[in-house]
Parts: sequence; C-alpha cells; structure tokens
Amino acid sequence: MGLQLTSEEREMLEGKHGKATKKAMDLIVNLGEIYGAERLIPISSVQIAGVSYHNLGEAGLEYLSDMAVDGKARVLTTLNPAGMDLEEWKKHGISEDFALNQQRVVDAFAKMGVITTCTCTPYLIGNLPHYGEHIAWAESSAVCYSNSVIGALTNREGGPSALAASLTGRTAEYGFHLQENRIAEVKYEIKTELKHTDDFGLLGQVIGERTRKKIPYITGIPQATTEELKSFCASIATYGGIAIFHMEGITPNRTDIPEDTEIVTQEDLNQARVTMDDKDAEIDFISIGCPHASIKEISQIAEMLKGKEVVEGKTVWITTARPTKDLAKKMGYYDTIEKAGAFLVSDACCAVAPLKGRFKGLMTDSAKACFYARGKNDFKTEIRTIEECIREATA
Amino acid sequence: MKGRKIFGGNTEGEVLATKDDISFYGGCDPETGVIVEKGHELEGQSISGKVLVFPTGKGSTVGSYVLYALSKAGKGPLAIINKSTDPIVAVGCIISDIPAVDQIDIEQLKTGQKVKIDADEGVVSII
Repeated sequence: MGLQLTSEEREMLEGKHGKATKKAMDLIVNLGEIYGAERLIPISSVQIAGVSYHNLGEAGLEYLSDMAVDGKARVLTTLNPAGMDLEEWKKHGISEDFALNQQRVVDAFAKMGVITTCTCTPYLIGNLPHYGEHIAWAESSAVCYSNSVIGALTNREGGPSALAASLTGRTAEYGFHLQENRIAEVKYEIKTELKHTDDFGLLGQVIGERTRKKIPYITGIPQATTEELKSFCASIATYGGIAIFHMEGITPNRTDIPEDTEIVTQEDLNQARVTMDDKDAEIDFISIGCPHASIKEISQIAEMLKGKEVVEGKTVWITTARPTKDLAKKMGYYDTIEKAGAFLVSDACCAVAPLKGRFKGLMTDSAKACFYARGKNDFKTEIRTIEECIREATA
Repeated sequence: MKGRKIFGGNTEGEVLATKDDISFYGGCDPETGVIVEKGHELEGQSISGKVLVFPTGKGSTVGSYVLYALSKAGKGPLAIINKSTDPIVAVGCIISDIPAVDQIDIEQLKTGQKVKIDADEGVVSII
C-alpha cells in the first residue's frame, strides 16, 4: 500500500505552506516510509529535545535558525532543559559566551511559537495530554511517563523529528502509536519494598538493563507517587531505552499479562546501588531535580533546609521548571533554599549544563543523573535519598 | 547485498565496521568524528569519510544533531550501513544527506573493504 497522504499533507510536502514546513513534512514522510506507516496522524502536543547549546553546538543552532525563518508551531509545544537558568545564570557560574549562545537557541524556538519553558517534566507545567491522545515527544523520561503513566501515545522522538511534528501537526503512524506494539512482554515481580525516589531509580536500572527492550509488566508495588514514577521513568529509559511499561494497579493501559516472569529482590537493588556508588567519591556537588523537581519536592526540601547552611566547598542545585520556581518564590520556598546557600535553578539541569571540570563528586537521588554525571562530566557519584543529600550538603 | 533504503544517494568508499552499537551523542566527538566512548570497539578511530557499518544506534535523542554537526564540518561518514537503523540515526542521515541502508547482513562487511552503495535501491556491493 505504502504511505498515503491527505491533500493538506501533500501541499505541505510540495512547499505550499513554506520552506520549514516542507522540510519538516519531508522528514516525517521519510520516517513513515522507513518504518512502514500507512498514514500520518494528527498530534496535539509536542515536547522538543536538543535545547542546550552545549549539546546542539553551532551546527544544531544553524539548523534551528533555518527552520525558524518561516516555521510555526501548529500545536502546543514545549522545550527540554537548556544549559542554564535563563535568568539567574550568572550567579551559577555560567560564562557570558555560553549564555549568549543559549539565548540564541531559545530565541529561535520562541520565533517559531514554541513555549520556551525549558523542562523535562512538561506534564507538571501544563503540557499534559490525556489517556489515548497521540502526541510527539522527545526526552526519554517524559516519553516513558506519557506512554506508561498517562496512557498517551508517542514514539521516542529525536530533536528534529519532534520539531517537524510541531511544524506540521503530524507524525507517522508506526511504533508506539499502534496498540499492538504496547503489549507487555515480560513480567517483573518486585519482592521488596521501595521507600523513596532513589529506590525507584535503582529499580529502573535493574529492569532497564535486564529487559533488553522487552516491555515490562511490573507487579508488587502497592503504590507510587508522581515523583517516584518520574524517577523510575527516567531511570528505565536511561538504562534500558524503555518507552513504555505497565505497573499493576498504577498505570492505565490495557495489556495481556505475560507468562515469562522475572523476580527482583532487595539484593538486586543493592547491587544497582553499588554500581552507582563510587567508593572514593569526594562529594562537592549535590543536585536534586532529575527529572525536574515538583513543587511538592521543593516544599519538602525547603523544610529540610530551614535554618541550615550549605557547608563551604559544596554546591547545591535544586533544578526545576520556571513556572514551578515562580510558584516556589510566591510560597517563600525559594528564599528559604537560597538563604541556606543552595540554588533553586530553573530551565536547566545537572546533565545538560556545561559543568565538566567544575566538580569532583555528585550526590543525587537520581539514577539518571548518576549516568550522565559519569559519562559526560567525569564526576564520581553517590545515590541517596533526598533527605540524605540535604544532610550531606549541610553537615 | 540488498537491504532497505533509509536515505538515498550513491557513493563508494572504505568500510569502518564494528559489532558495537553507536551513541553519537556522548559517544562520538562532534568536531573530529572520533569515537570517544570508553571500551567501544572503535574507540580512538575517526568515522570521517568512512562507510560506517554498525548494528544500530543507542543512547540520547540528541544524536541526530551530532551527525548533522559532523556533516556540516565535512567530518561526517560517507555513508551508513546498519543491521537495523533506529529513528535517531535515521533522522541524522535525513537532515544531513548521508546515504544510508539497513537490513544488511553486516557481518560480511569488514574494515578496510571497498564498497559501492546505491542507497536508493538499498544495494551494497563489495568491490
């Protein structure tokens, strides 16, 4: 049969809606043909990755600037974290040069009508699809969260393909947009109690590495908070490339229950912790908010920091989305956190900011942050609960 | 060998082959094209100007931009041949005009061989 286009889609491909839309449609049609799609489908929400200038470089920025000449977002579109807090970057030690280039990236997106809230948790700040909605998201942790926890449908888009979906309002119907590709393939029975966000991150690492892209059906977790689920999603996506999982009693998607069963014990989580804990780590950087901290986490951290002081030689970043930071300012959490000598950093995170060489050892509650701190920044790492991280910062 | 077109074009050149998957973001220097991932079979070797043969892509969704940056700087691979091309590498090839073919029995391709690629037809021939 091959890929069928509507007349409007053909017009976009022929360049009748401008150059950027043509390039975008070209990319989507190409992907549709490669992956055997029979048609394109409308999408209602986009999340774009590839925002930090640190990751994009000059060539990436050029690509975006080309698209921004006449490209316009057709649906609600938000952005992944940038390499810095777009307002308070100076006090976080970001260079003028970097800030200038980062602003050029954000300006290019703004020109296209993209909402320039830079966050990896768009679902916490208003880009919140509902069950069954087709969307085109990049950012592996948010893809996993939207497919699994929300029950929206998206592939793991890359930066350019997510932008293309935004400019055309379409994506090709293949992969996780089709119900038959979302069915669980292997069951994981969790035989231990998960207490905090760091435990959920460890579980993500265990299942991610073991499951080899097979869709997990997870049992034995009686309840999980939004914060714990976002930690789990980030970790299983980082360590396993997983875009969807099912969790009995917690996630909404329908699925068959697989026969093939694996057991996860406390010993497995302990092993995962050992792989993320460097024995000789000298902790001088504490970061919480990978994925971006919720207002609930920020209020808890502010409570922990009340009347305390970050010790000399240690830097604390609590990373979050700008609307959440604004709310934290209104509620007084920002003042409490900053008065203690910690930073409430919005728009950025410890994985995409230009931090190489600035620190030796990172303590965090995030398994994903450990991965990028080691791989990209050569930091040693330790994974602990949020409470232990704050204690380390102020002890 | 006949596979599937990922992105069209004709070229011929020398194979650089690996059994390891490649993460372009973080695994490949975007300025030089040298593979920098620790323990990777190609660690320290440059993919510039080669017919790069590897099973599939892995890692961050930012990888497409690394291929784009390399091509803009004239340091990109001449062509890409995969066992199975993942969307991140596919997008990288499309936006960077890199001829690419997948569904090829890549074990038959060895580093140093000269090959001819007709990506439009999905055909790879050893010269």
